Amino acid sequence: MTFALVDGNNFYVSCERVFNPRLEGIPVVVLSNNDGCVVARSGEVKALGVKMGAPWFQLKALAARHGILALSSNYTLYADMSNRMMGVISRFSPDQEIYSIDECFLGLDGFPADGLAGMGQRIRQQVLQWVGIPVCVGIAPTKTLAKLANHCAKKNLAGADSVCDFGRLAADDLTALFERIEVGEVWGVGRRLSEQLRAMGITTVRALRDADAALIRREFSVVLERTMLELRGVSCLALEEVAPNKQQIMASRSFGEYVYALTDLEEAVSTYIARAAEKLRRQHSLANAVQVYIRTNPFSEKQPQYQRGITVPLTQATSDTMRLTRAVRWGLKRIYRPGFAYQKAGVMLMDLHGEDQAQGVLFAVSAPARPALMDVIDRANARWGRGTLKLAAEGVRKPWQMKRDRVSPAYTTRWDELPRVS
Amino acid sequence: MFGHKVRAGFPSPADDYVEAFLDLNEHLIEHKDATFFVQATGDSMTGAGIQEGNLLVVDRALEARHGDIVIAVIDGDLTVKRLEKRRGRIRLMSENPAYAPIEFTEGQELTIWGVVTSVIQRIKR
Repeated sequence: MTFALVDGNNFYVSCERVFNPRLEGIPVVVLSNNDGCVVARSGEVKALGVKMGAPWFQLKALAARHGILALSSNYTLYADMSNRMMGVISRFSPDQEIYSIDECFLGLDGFPADGLAGMGQRIRQQVLQWVGIPVCVGIAPTKTLAKLANHCAKKNLAGADSVCDFGRLAADDLTALFERIEVGEVWGVGRRLSEQLRAMGITTVRALRDADAALIRREFSVVLERTMLELRGVSCLALEEVAPNKQQIMASRSFGEYVYALTDLEEAVSTYIARAAEKLRRQHSLANAVQVYIRTNPFSEKQPQYQRGITVPLTQATSDTMRLTRAVRWGLKRIYRPGFAYQKAGVMLMDLHGEDQAQGVLFAVSAPARPALMDVIDRANARWGRGTLKLAAEGVRKPWQMKRDRVSPAYTTRWDELPRVS
Repeated sequence: MFGHKVRAGFPSPADDYVEAFLDLNEHLIEHKDATFFVQATGDSMTGAGIQEGNLLVVDRALEARHGDIVIAVIDGDLTVKRLEKRRGRIRLMSENPAYAPIEFTEGQELTIWGVVTSVIQRIKR
């Protein structure tokens, strides 16, 4: 087996730089929803020692000193650029697994082994030219090794020009390389696991690769044993070409400013449920229950605290926005208490199953679902932008909308926000 | 099977002649993943038929050649100009005598962002 892992360098920052070349060469961070934490860092920012997830307010002094520019996250743009990047990469192999917004695996079985590094270079060159995003490519006989090869390409530990093919390294060189890489860099070995491994003296990739399989299975899990086998070049993880459907769908946000009134909360959860229902329909599922929750700001110790959620079971599984909206509003009324400064609300669609497994109910009293109407809403929103068609319950004022003070235009998805050229 | 619905009465005699509807995307876009729309501002390219406010279709998959209208990066800004490559000399030309050519001397890097393939102008009414 042969796999490649292709992933975008500093993906969100790179997306911003495509349309705003002034950001090239200067330190840039992208902040999470509500401008809270760092979710992407340019190379310049990484070099300053800024960690992923660092709260922005703690960085302000450093930012002022080094001229770090902060942008709000523009997920509309990143999702569009991701689709383009994945589209270009898919031209290189019929087998692709999109693993996250900025990385995918390719199956490279049947391609001549001596041409793989060259192919990696062509992938890199074409994504850069067509979409403007720099990528790194790791190539190896297993997915876990391909991930590691990608890490080596990125950190320039092996390979050349951002492409690393483990198949081109001699066994001794590979062992020496694994000796130098910390065990925490292995795909699926998180911080807790690497601490436990460390305690057993397994500190490097090499040590994990050469550990006793039975011991690993006994002390940890078959999952880690599989990881270990993958490090030895035994492919245990196949490409998942079709993303598995989600078992639950969540939509939640922190508000841009505190929200007090029930009507404002109702608008917020109505918007979230509309988004969640759209995702539900896209994966052709129905929900049997919906949960809604609200909470105050737990970090604001002076304010009175309140948080509560409620799960509303549905008499009949549905993906109909109107019925789901009615259910969350019903739930919200039951948990809402006046007099609190609410900071966050969310909804979760639960107990999902496929549309084709729908069961009728004995005492169906609800209105029939409106699949045709829902389809029209989804198509209109896909074509003319989110929120073109919506239920009046979502409101039009939205004082609760999150803070995104520094967001760039939706360069690729809105006619009135296209890049301008002179 | 084409979109032939079973209805009472006679089938439409035109049903057998239904063809796909003409899709402007197909006409204007060769490389979907590499194609971006940008909006022209200013009057530096009026001679090439590009007016203020026009929508430009830009294909990044194409290699820019001499004579192409390109989007280039100049001082961090995106700009639309005609690319001139002659006798080892590279210039970005405006299509308006009021603007001077932008010359690239040896060692100066020119970043081409994409090649303009169509200009879309709405008729005001």
